[in-house]
Amino acid sequence: MGTVIVDVMPKHEILDPQGQAVAGALVRMGAAAFTEVRQGKRFALQVEGEVTQEHLDAARQAAMTLLSNPVIEDVVSVRAQQASERLQAHQEPSA
Amino acid sequence: MKVGVVTFPGSLDDHDARRAVDLAGAEPVRLWHAEADLLGVDAVILPGGFSYGDYLRAGAIARFSPVMDVLIPAAQGGLPVLGICNGFQVLCESHLLPGALVRNDHQQFQCRDQQLRVESTRTAWTSGFSAGEQVLVALKNGEGAYVAEDRTLDELEDQGRVVARYVGPNPNGSRRAIAGVSNARGNVVGLMPHPEHAVEAGYGPSVDGLTFFTSVLRSAVSA
Repeated sequence: MGTVIVDVMPKHEILDPQGQAVAGALVRMGAAAFTEVRQGKRFALQVEGEVTQEHLDAARQAAMTLLSNPVIEDVVSVRAQQASERLQAHQEPSA
Repeated sequence: MKVGVVTFPGSLDDHDARRAVDLAGAEPVRLWHAEADLLGVDAVILPGGFSYGDYLRAGAIARFSPVMDVLIPAAQGGLPVLGICNGFQVLCESHLLPGALVRNDHQQFQCRDQQLRVESTRTAWTSGFSAGEQVLVALKNGEGAYVAEDRTLDELEDQGRVVARYVGPNPNGSRRAIAGVSNARGNVVGLMPHPEHAVEAGYGPSVDGLTFFTSVLRSAVSA
């Protein structure tokens, strides 16, 4: 089973109040190194079998019509999830 | 005259919108998001609320509901359509209106009485106002900041498609204090504030909102 990963980010000229709120909280928790935070969205679209070029094309189409609004957001990547990422995702967090 | 009011899952102001239509002297008709049928109405209102829980983006899921499959071509053909608050968001997501609505710049949900200036009386929903008339209606939103590219904003201004502007301090960070816009033909109007909550004495800040609903009756009679 394959997965297409679509990443969507707010355009730079659009104010990102959520990112700003996170940036403020980071400073308050002592992480002062991060000068700006922008918050985006990731979609994981699962398909039967391995991810094909057709899957990627269909995902790109979906990304431009439903998953993002081109007035305020950019689709920054549409790609097949790598096997190494899948392993990582299923690993238990080490306590 | 029949004015349809669409109910999506999560719509809140459909009842008030139907009431406003009734008080304006038209017959309100309930339209259901899952039915691709406008039931022969002469105009349609997309009400405020949180259609589909505002999942993905406000209005983004509603735009693909069956009723929109028939409403979008009807609006393109000249049917008067008013989108209020969440309805405005649906109209932008449907590309019936340019631009988009994003989170208020101050990040908080806001509910207050708001003074507006009616900038265009050429639309189906504002023909009963006089140009520059100031009205007092309710404003209540979390994602009410109107944004569009500067080129689009210039075009809207040049073509007289800014329907209403906020008077006084900008309540949500909308570009150029825009509270509502229309399409080129003037039959489709999106408005962030809520005229349907200002239609009856004793219930709301004024009765200024009623003129939006009586305007569409007038435009239907003259059409």
